[in-house]
Amino acid sequence: MVGYILRRLLAAVPVMGIVAVLVFLMLRLTPSDPAAIIAGDFANDQQIAEIRTKLGLDRPIVTQFVIWVGGMLQGDFGESFFYKKQVAALITERLEPTLSLSLLAIVLTVCIAVPLGTLAAYKQGSWIDRIVMGFSVVGFSVPVFVVGYLLIYVLAVRLDWFPVQGYQYLRDGFGGWLHRLVLPALTLSIVFVALIARMTRTSVLEVLHEDYIRTARAKGQSELKVLVRHALANAAVPILTVIGLTFATLIGGVVVTESVYTLPGLGLLTVDAVLARDYPTIQAVILLFSLAYVVVNLLVDVAYTVFDPRIRY
Amino acid sequence: MAVADTTPVRPRASVLRQLLRSTSVIIGGLIVGAMVIIGALAPWLDTRDPAEVNPSVRNKLPGFTATIRDDDGNKVPVTYRFGTDSLGRDIYSRVVYGARVSLIVGLTVSLISIVIGLLIGLIAGYVRWLDGILMRFMDGLMAIPAILLAIGLVSVFRAGLFAVVVAIVVPEVPRVVRLVRSIVLSIREEPYVESAITVGTPTPLLIFRHVLPNTIAPLIVQGTFICAAAILIEAILSFLGIGIPPEIPTWGNIMAEGRTLFRVFPQNILYPGIFLAVTVLGVNMLGDGLRDVLDPKMERRG
Repeated sequence: MVGYILRRLLAAVPVMGIVAVLVFLMLRLTPSDPAAIIAGDFANDQQIAEIRTKLGLDRPIVTQFVIWVGGMLQGDFGESFFYKKQVAALITERLEPTLSLSLLAIVLTVCIAVPLGTLAAYKQGSWIDRIVMGFSVVGFSVPVFVVGYLLIYVLAVRLDWFPVQGYQYLRDGFGGWLHRLVLPALTLSIVFVALIARMTRTSVLEVLHEDYIRTARAKGQSELKVLVRHALANAAVPILTVIGLTFATLIGGVVVTESVYTLPGLGLLTVDAVLARDYPTIQAVILLFSLAYVVVNLLVDVAYTVFDPRIRY
Repeated sequence: MAVADTTPVRPRASVLRQLLRSTSVIIGGLIVGAMVIIGALAPWLDTRDPAEVNPSVRNKLPGFTATIRDDDGNKVPVTYRFGTDSLGRDIYSRVVYGARVSLIVGLTVSLISIVIGLLIGLIAGYVRWLDGILMRFMDGLMAIPAILLAIGLVSVFRAGLFAVVVAIVVPEVPRVVRLVRSIVLSIREEPYVESAITVGTPTPLLIFRHVLPNTIAPLIVQGTFICAAAILIEAILSFLGIGIPPEIPTWGNIMAEGRTLFRVFPQNILYPGIFLAVTVLGVNMLGDGLRDVLDPKMERRG
C-alpha cells in the first residue's frame, strides 16, 4: 500500500513537470514580446529592455525555465504585474473563499446526489426514477452561470432568502459565512448532482441484483440497511471515480460561480488576471489548480483500496 | 491474393433505422436542426441589426414597442420581443444571431480537434518511439483543467473568434488522441489485422483499410460531445468577458452585458441562457443517442 502510494506520487511528478513546461511555454511562445506586454502600451524601448533584463528574458530559454521552476519550488511565484505584490501572498489571501465554496459544493452534492441516485435505483422505472434521470440529463447541460442567475432571481431577488452576491469570511461568523455561501455552492453542485446521481443509480442497480443482496434480504434485514450497508457501500468505487474525474469540471465551475457571485476567490483572481494580462498570476493559478487536480485523482486512486478491499496493489 | 468478401455484418440501413428509433437522437436532432435553421436564417427572422445601438430605447422590457425612423426616414413601429439591453440593442436579434457563433464554434472546434487528434493518435499508435513522449505530453495537457487552459490561452492571444477556437481546441485534442490511440492499439491485436500484416500489407493501406473505419463511429460520438463542450466553454469565456468581444453577439457576451442590471432586467440573461441551455442539451442528447447506437461499449469521457 505505502509502496503503491509512493509509486503513484513518483508518477505524478513528471506530469506536473510537463504541466510546468506547458504553462511556461504558453507565455513564451506567443508572437508578442512578454516584456512589451508587461510594460504596457505607452512604454519606450528602453523601459522594455529594462523589464527584459529584470525578468531574465535575455537569457537562454532553458535557463529561464530552471530559474522559474526553482523559484516556484521555494514558494516564489514572482510578483504580480497588476496587484504589485507577491503572487504567493495574493493566492493565500484568495484561498479561503475558493476552498469554502468547493468543499460546501462537494458536501451538498454528495448529500443530495447519493440518496437521490440510490432511491432512483431502488424504485427503478417509477416516477421518482424518471424525474431523477430527466434531471440528470438537464442538469448536465444547463451552464453553471445560467443555473446561478436562475437561483439568484428566484431565491435572492424574488424571495429574498439569500443575499444576491458577496462573501463573508469565516472569521466574521459561521452563520453569515454559510448564509452567503449556500446559493453559490448549490449553483456549483447542480452539474455534479446530475452526474453523480446518475452514476450512483447505475452502480446501485448493478449491485442490487447480486446474490449477497438477496441473502441479506433473506436473513430479514431491513430494506434501508440492505441499501446502505450492502448496496451503497459496494457502489462507492465508481462514485469515487466520477468525483475524481469531474474535479476538473469543478474547478471550471468554481471560476464561473465566483464570477457570478463575486466571491473574492482564486477563480475571480484568474479572470481579473486575464483581463489585466497579469501573466505571473495566471501561470501560478493554472499550476496550482492543475496540482490540485492531479493530487485529488491520486487520493481517489488511493481511496479505492479503502472502499474495495479486493483492489490490491 | 483474392480480397475477402467485404459484405458488412450489419447493413447500413439498420444503423439508420436504429438511430431513428432512438428518442435521444430524435429530440436532440430536432433541437440542433432548429438551432441551425435559426442561425442560418437569422437575417430573415424579423431581426434588426444586432449591433445597432439606439439610446432612446435603452433597458426596455420584453414586448416594448417604439416608433423608429427607418433608412428612408419613414416612421415605423418596432416591437422588441425580448426587450433591449443597456445600449438599446434588440435582444431578440442578438440572441438569434448569437446562434451562429455558438454553432460555428461548436462545429469548427470539434472538426479541428478530431483531425489533429486523429493524426497525433495514429502517430502515437504506430510510431512506437514517439508514443511515450507524445502521451506524456498529452497527460500534461489533460492535467490542466480545460476551462483554465482555455482561459490561459485566450490571455495570450488577442480576443476574438480565432483565439476562442484555438483555446478550446487545445484542451480537447488530448482526449481524441487517447481515444484514437487506444483504438489503434486494440485493432492491431485483431486476428484479421495480424493476418493483413503477415501478408505484407503496407502500413498506410492498413491504416486506411482497417484502422480508420474503426475510428469513425467513436469519433462521431466524441465529436458530438466536443461540440457541446465547445459551445459551453465559448459561452463561459464570453460571459467572463475574455472571449468574443461584444460587437459580435454571442449568448455568452449578451449575458455578460446583462449582469449589471440583472435584478431589474433579467431578460438579458434569461433569453440567451435558455437558448444556450437548450442547445447544449440538444447536442448532448444527440451524442448520448449516437453513442448508444454506434458505440455501445463507450462510456462518457470526461
